[in-house]
Amino acid sequence: MPPIFVVLLVICVWISFLNPRFATVPGIMSFLMRAAPAAILAAGQLFVIVSGGFDLSVGSLITLVVLGSSMLIGGDPANTPWVIAVMFLIGIAVGVFNGAVTSWLKVPSFITTLGMLVTLKGFALLWTGGAPRGALPNNFRVFGRNRLSGVPLLDEVPYAVIILLVVAVVATYLLHRTGWGKQLIALGDNPRAARLSGVPTAKVRILAFVASATSAVIAGILLGGFSGVSTNVGDGQELGAISAAVLGGAKLLGGRGTMPGAIAGALTLQALFTLLNLLGWPKPLRDGLQGVIIIGAVAYTAWRERRS
Amino acid sequence: MQRKEMVALVLAAALLLSAMPQAGVAQRVSEFWDPDEFARQMALLEMEPVGPPDKPWLQALDPTWVDTSKYKKDPPWTICFSNAGLFNPWRVVGFTTMQAAVEANPLIKEFIVLDAEGRDEKQIADIADLVASGECDLLIVSPMTTAALTPAVERAAQQLPVIVFDRGVNTRAPITFISPIGGYAFGAQGARFIAEQLPNGGKVLALRISPGVDVLETRWAAAERIFAETNLDIIGVEFTNDDRAVAKSIVTDYLLRYGQIDAVWMDAGATTVAVLEAFEDLGYEIPIFTGEDQQDVLVKWYEEGLTGIAPTYPTFQWRTAVEAAVMVLSGQPIPGPEWKLPQPTITNETLAQYLQYNMPPQHYALCGCEDLPGYPQRWGGR
Repeated sequence: MPPIFVVLLVICVWISFLNPRFATVPGIMSFLMRAAPAAILAAGQLFVIVSGGFDLSVGSLITLVVLGSSMLIGGDPANTPWVIAVMFLIGIAVGVFNGAVTSWLKVPSFITTLGMLVTLKGFALLWTGGAPRGALPNNFRVFGRNRLSGVPLLDEVPYAVIILLVVAVVATYLLHRTGWGKQLIALGDNPRAARLSGVPTAKVRILAFVASATSAVIAGILLGGFSGVSTNVGDGQELGAISAAVLGGAKLLGGRGTMPGAIAGALTLQALFTLLNLLGWPKPLRDGLQGVIIIGAVAYTAWRERRS
Repeated sequence: MQRKEMVALVLAAALLLSAMPQAGVAQRVSEFWDPDEFARQMALLEMEPVGPPDKPWLQALDPTWVDTSKYKKDPPWTICFSNAGLFNPWRVVGFTTMQAAVEANPLIKEFIVLDAEGRDEKQIADIADLVASGECDLLIVSPMTTAALTPAVERAAQQLPVIVFDRGVNTRAPITFISPIGGYAFGAQGARFIAEQLPNGGKVLALRISPGVDVLETRWAAAERIFAETNLDIIGVEFTNDDRAVAKSIVTDYLLRYGQIDAVWMDAGATTVAVLEAFEDLGYEIPIFTGEDQQDVLVKWYEEGLTGIAPTYPTFQWRTAVEAAVMVLSGQPIPGPEWKLPQPTITNETLAQYLQYNMPPQHYALCGCEDLPGYPQRWGGR
């Protein structure tokens, strides 16, 4: 079993000692509900990371989804279905653009997606005039906020948890059971060898960015549902997603990573924040710790590489 | 390979630094605590305003009057406005009201607006540009930060009549400074209500937008003093950055940690609904809260039969600025050098009269805009 699952288990047991409510079915459901957007985002990010890139634009894309949806829906719940469809189209377009620029113009993905981060955030703020406007109707917010009741054994299951489950299964299948997934890992491990052995590198890489952007759209819909219109909702989400993937055993710069690991990494980060909150750490310190974790995890991976 | 790892590490570190929040914000409340001003504001709260009761934006509390006959000018006029920015719904509603008030007055031929986009240095340049253009008959300023804008406003006031509103400047050069009673009164009303409602030891969470803004610091300074005289347990003071996602997760964290919160004091109402939702979503009863006059707060408060209070910082002051400009250019005396507007407080008893179901969630009930052209569509209403 990868080490991250042990860490996750230890933290969860510790939380249960501090707060017995945590170890109940509703407690676990609430925890998973809060962790769902980050876990979905980590799953999407992993596709790009194993291919040897970064996707820093996901945080801004989340902000754009939340602000854009509130603007387009304009208070009329009847607009929700087509607006959600438009958001997915925007996500796919952003992913194709990131992948195409990285593949064909040979711009490092770090720079491409950093540029996209600034562009999308700027566009979102321009669209709304810098102030959150409008509201998200209940039929949009239901995915991130409400629960399905009457489930056998579990009683109530948040929609976000169901969505997380579906994304986890699909993403695991895509990365570990399809030809595309194997090509991605090959591409990240050794781009030259992959190209010479006939991997269509551009297509493979573009699809990875599309997967990441799509995960950001799903995360955006959940986050917007959870808290409503917000201009800061996506800030720092890209860092969380990268941290989660690395914690889950993915190698920065590609070639190795597992989907269950990345999702467990995201759950571990959320559990860690829950624990530090219960221990009384102030929020800025908790946020800062995330950076220490990412550096520590990369250093650990590098050290393990050298040893083997 | 090792060098690549190093690059990755450096990039990760750079990313981290850029994403780090500004940690460890020092509390310098004393700078924003003025006991005399606090006493004055509390006295003003009890006073009856002078002026037409159906037009609170023309009312004044305990006014002294300034003679403006020397500024009298034949219409039509050009009025200029240097705006700090439109960075929150309060300013958007206020500015919309201001534009409509200008349109409603045929004596104003032009209204020139420069938006400083929240930057002091841009606003200083904006004011200089407006003065240099020679087109302004009068300049209205809504300053970004007090200290930074003081010299610019002083210089402008030597050239043309100036009216300041919302945030102040440290000079008496403008003809008048228009503002509601103030932040101490705002903060104290919420805190007193909580102190009256809660038993000893009640747990209170205080949520603030951000540190260092005088109109917000005074709200908390007053509340902090009032809480200090009670036996209430202030379990935390946190900054929300005026963001719903941040506010909701802070409250969720506190609920998980303490298991109970008896009241939430807030220095503004933009994130109040998100805060109340945090209680709902975890299955807790909504506690006593303080809000503001946003429609989303009022509607939830009313429909769910909650217990709360909403001090206001009325958006109708944006209209007052236009009305004051017209009075000055007509040579009529106006309240000055300070024009204190009333600052109504919405309570459970008066709540119903402020509900406007046809207006959007972030519309402010005290806009003073109902009789202006384009209402309600112009403000996003139906």
